[in-house]
Amino acid sequence: MATPQVQEKQQPGTGKAVVNDFSMTVATKNGSGSQTSNLTLLRALFKMGIPVSGKNLFPSNIQGLPTWYTIRVSKKGYLARRAEHEIVVAMNEDTFIEDLASVAPGGAFYYGDHLKFEVNRTDISVYSFPAKKFAKDSTAPATLRDYVANMAYVGVLAHMLEIDMSKIREALEYHFDGKEKPIAINMGVIEAAYEWAKTNLTKTDPFRVEAMDETKGFIMADGNTAGALGSIFGGVQFMAWYPITPASSLAEGVSQNIAKFRDKEGQDGKTYGIVQAEDELAAIGMAVGAGWSGLRSLTSTSGPGISLMTEFVGLAAYAEIPVVIWDIQRVGPSTGLPTRTSQGDIISTYFLGHGDTKHIMLLPGSASECFEFGWKSFDIAERMQTPVFVMSDLDLGMNTWMTKPFEYPNTPMDRGKILWEEDLEKLSDWQRYKDVDGDGIPYRTAPGNKHARSAWFARGTGHNDNAKYSERSEDWEKNMARLKHKFETAANYMPKPEILDNGNKVGIISYGSTHEAILEASDYLAENGMETDYLRLRAVPFTNEVKDFIEKHERVYVVEMNRDGQMNMILRLEYPEHTMKLISLAKHDGMPLTANWVKEAVELQEK
Amino acid sequence: MTETAQMPNVQLNLVGLSKNDYRGAPTTLCAGCGHNSISNQIIAAAYELNVVPEEMIKLSGIGCSSKSPAYFLNRSFGFNSLHGRMPSVATGAMFGDKRLRALAVSGDGDTTNIGMGQFKHIMRRNVPMVYIVENNGVYGLTKGQFSATAEKGLRLKYQGLNPFTPVDVVEEAMASGATFVARSFAGDANQVKALIKAALSHNGLAILDIISPCVTFNNEDDSRHSYGWGREHQEPLHDFTFVPREQEIQLDEFPEGTTKTVTMHDGATIVLKKLDREHDPTSRSAAMKLIEDARNEAVLLTGLIYVEPNQPSLTDVAELSTNRPLNRMTEADLRPDKSMIEKANAMMF
Repeated sequence: MATPQVQEKQQPGTGKAVVNDFSMTVATKNGSGSQTSNLTLLRALFKMGIPVSGKNLFPSNIQGLPTWYTIRVSKKGYLARRAEHEIVVAMNEDTFIEDLASVAPGGAFYYGDHLKFEVNRTDISVYSFPAKKFAKDSTAPATLRDYVANMAYVGVLAHMLEIDMSKIREALEYHFDGKEKPIAINMGVIEAAYEWAKTNLTKTDPFRVEAMDETKGFIMADGNTAGALGSIFGGVQFMAWYPITPASSLAEGVSQNIAKFRDKEGQDGKTYGIVQAEDELAAIGMAVGAGWSGLRSLTSTSGPGISLMTEFVGLAAYAEIPVVIWDIQRVGPSTGLPTRTSQGDIISTYFLGHGDTKHIMLLPGSASECFEFGWKSFDIAERMQTPVFVMSDLDLGMNTWMTKPFEYPNTPMDRGKILWEEDLEKLSDWQRYKDVDGDGIPYRTAPGNKHARSAWFARGTGHNDNAKYSERSEDWEKNMARLKHKFETAANYMPKPEILDNGNKVGIISYGSTHEAILEASDYLAENGMETDYLRLRAVPFTNEVKDFIEKHERVYVVEMNRDGQMNMILRLEYPEHTMKLISLAKHDGMPLTANWVKEAVELQEK
Repeated sequence: MTETAQMPNVQLNLVGLSKNDYRGAPTTLCAGCGHNSISNQIIAAAYELNVVPEEMIKLSGIGCSSKSPAYFLNRSFGFNSLHGRMPSVATGAMFGDKRLRALAVSGDGDTTNIGMGQFKHIMRRNVPMVYIVENNGVYGLTKGQFSATAEKGLRLKYQGLNPFTPVDVVEEAMASGATFVARSFAGDANQVKALIKAALSHNGLAILDIISPCVTFNNEDDSRHSYGWGREHQEPLHDFTFVPREQEIQLDEFPEGTTKTVTMHDGATIVLKKLDREHDPTSRSAAMKLIEDARNEAVLLTGLIYVEPNQPSLTDVAELSTNRPLNRMTEADLRPDKSMIEKANAMMF
């Protein structure tokens, strides 16, 4: 791994203070309640106006296995993960030795004094504290003591890093939804630890924080909750889902919040239906059934679920049924690395199905964009009458990000070409799969339409314009040609890429949760004398801007988180004339991408 | 999709439709296939019940039986879905418009082989629909392989001997909490029709296991799914009469003490006249025993095995409106007001 880029090496007790520019990792055990402590720190720093990001690096386990939470504060506003950390808090005896070794030279190491280890590093500042004492002395009930014990490091760090205690209280108030009792218990532990540190610890490291004004106009949100809320604003009418990490919190975000936004006093019936299915086959089957019946229909899953959904997605594409499918990507099948992040489903999802299928994929790059694509995906699915995938990932979906506030949909709902009784009455001829407008998109009707000419028979097998069973070669070829044309039309409805173009020779194309790492890497490359342009893909099929960007640049690096450079392959397929310009930079270690890796990978190529 | 031609002397039902309005495309199944006779009874039942075809949807999976929705109710929306996955499609589809009735056709392979999981779960959820299993113990479209309902010891031309224990559709239905369970025989057209009518009155999942012989691959007289065996071994449980809500019940037609009536959710009535055997279809334990008895006695007991008319259906549980279908809702119903965006942002930190 690369050497620390941002910080200069320091010796304990020497040099000037390093303010608002470091990474900190807390090592605990899964299920020990540390998440509340970590989020409290993250939120307090955010409330101090300091750009901050937090990432939970956790195992596939409920209790006992090691877990790390890393927080980065950056006065420059860099939010990507850094591989190095200057501050480590060790609370887990199982990983103590590696945690100690992981502290960057000149950094600080905090550990609970119940961990009986020899600390033999002299190039860092070392602090131990009585991690269990404060909870024991507190008013916390015995059953909760182990959970609130983790607030000890919050108090110690608050003193040592100079975190504003009033902001810590605000964070707790939010976390416990204003409930005084848990707020008081946790705050009590934090204050006791703070006072203890004030009396007993002498600071010898340079790292501390200072209030800034750089988080105004931002919120803290995870992509899955954002996507769920976006779906609610998009008018989701039906959701079927099956639990899978890291996607469950999206479906749960819908089911736990939809009533707050959609139920109205005295309303006749719900405006939505939700079913937890028996598996992903059933989840997509229900979603397709609901889409066929005219509902804005949603399911969410991860890679293994996507593969189970394959047959239905193929059917929905051929029968032309709208449905929105979120893929919160993770690594590998089965036990693989189910709690690690990846962009590994790009190729398989693009072509998911049988025969010739290509699918629309939306690529959110921030939590607020998850909200936007939450509602927009329904408009696109109903307009195009086809499955629409939203390709998020574990890092974007489950971690808490500093992001722009959610914006109310800026376009009215697009229900697409759907005909009801009064529409059919005006038409002398209607055929389900006839391309009337020349855009490849036919008109549809939904069950419940009482017009005597409304009904049609949905099937995956061959059909003619009138949805009648047909095995005639001409009917099949004509239908396939229309579906191809429909996919080309889809490009007109895609969100356009985000482009930073200053006329440089070298371009970078990326998408999804790599965004922050690319922005930061671009700064480092520029500092080393290499200016780059950047295009962030927001959807497939590509719009003309993508082609123009590739054409304008001498070399284009396609940065993504998988082994084989999957998006690069799709770009090469779509733009074969530019194959030689497109250079894949792909990383697949299950961890969120770092700016250093991007910078070094580009520099290695450019050497 | 043609509107009724108003021909003189064509008999019309109460909604002004002729039987032709309930037909579908000509069947492409084998002559004599039990499925065709079931399709005809679906047409007759819908016609006689004055169903508006547009107020019904039809669904199926994959297989010979699943092709049959193309052969009835041309004016109803239909979905020929995936092998074994009709139940999930139906589950989602039922949310669109709660007022619609649904009739689904599946086969023994589609239901008890590839589709066993979804079959069990659709019953658990009490999805309001009629689920017909056209049961012939054999795969037709793939040419004569055993299905999971084939009896142990059955010998088929190309497959040899079946060494495995069969799955009993009604027993699986009972085990999964189905609220309307019946068995019938395609050779008994009147009973099939009466049971379909009763099933269409049920507010919940109505499972009809209909032995429907495959004349091409499994119709030897000693086969449990053949016409010959069915005719020889069928024993109706009751003299079964379905009385729609609109019709008055004349109970004095039945001798006292030998009838039981069951009032369905929609006000219709089922009148059951006792035959040879005592069976109370509102008793779960009696139903379970009956299934066991039928197996031990090697008899094809047909009729209403179990009914529980007042369980809430899935769409009841989901609190959907009966007046305003979900799929007619517009942006005003579905998109929160602009002011709510502040609430969404305030939920974050």
